[in-house]
Amino acid sequence: MSHTFYIAASYVVAAIITLCLIGWVWFDGRARQKELAELEASGIRRRSAKPVATTETGGAA
Amino acid sequence: MPESLAITKFSDLANPTRFLGLAARILPWMAGITAILFAIGLYLTFASEGDYQQGMTVRIMYVHVPAAWLSMMCYSVMAASAIGTLVWRHPLADVSHKAAAPLGAAFTLIALATGSLWGKPMWGTWWVWDARLTSVFVLFLMYLGLIALNRAMDDPGKAARVSAVLILVGFVNIPIIKFSVDWWNTLHQPASVIRLDGPTIDKEFLWPLLIMAIAFTLLFFTLHIAAMRNEIWRRRVSAQRRMAARMAGKEA
Repeated sequence: MSHTFYIAASYVVAAIITLCLIGWVWFDGRARQKELAELEASGIRRRSAKPVATTETGGAA
Repeated sequence: MPESLAITKFSDLANPTRFLGLAARILPWMAGITAILFAIGLYLTFASEGDYQQGMTVRIMYVHVPAAWLSMMCYSVMAASAIGTLVWRHPLADVSHKAAAPLGAAFTLIALATGSLWGKPMWGTWWVWDARLTSVFVLFLMYLGLIALNRAMDDPGKAARVSAVLILVGFVNIPIIKFSVDWWNTLHQPASVIRLDGPTIDKEFLWPLLIMAIAFTLLFFTLHIAAMRNEIWRRRVSAQRRMAARMAGKEA
């Protein structure tokens, strides 16, 4: 096989793994945001959250 | 006083809610700068000359070396977070090392795969069990073990403490990886960039390598902050679901 094959394969492998990583972090974030929004819509909110406030203060992870 | 102000600022960031606020502000900037650096780095990579011995396969270096550097730096970030878990028992430190493990595994996999693809045309073999390659493979297995350990335990606090101990024990592998090429006779070449007597690599290759290394490092920190944010949200979702279940139990 030519050197070009090894160079191209390296960049393709690196790109696929990196894009999978970015995609996973992105979609994981979207899914968690959706879950939080659903909980909020069903009236379940953090104890530290103000009843009608849009910003939160304090609290643990 | 400036020192107490710095400490106050640091403890402000250690608050998960404030961390989320900061993450929302800086992530778009970090992602944008990472993309610009990758564009410059990739342009320089493909504009650079070939090596007099290796020809154009030297271009594999521009992804292999930054990924290998990140595989070790990510573990060092995890070790620092593990100290935060064990000494200060800080939930954000727990979140930090849990979120970093999959990133470290991915960058180590890139380093192993591209190293193998570089080894075949240059060494005549895909793989050899020399000290450098074996110790990096052990690092990859350690990342997988830590991911599995975190997923195996339901209690995130307990999982974080057990993981933290394992991370610190496993940190012994990082100097072994770094100095393996000096301590043992390896097929892998010794260091040519981070050396006491300065880089021995030609400037033609050094600049694209540095830009790519900064781009990869910034990519890691962008993904790490985003993954930490996701983990904080995940914990909030499970805490709120538990609270909802308790409330439903009381009403029943």
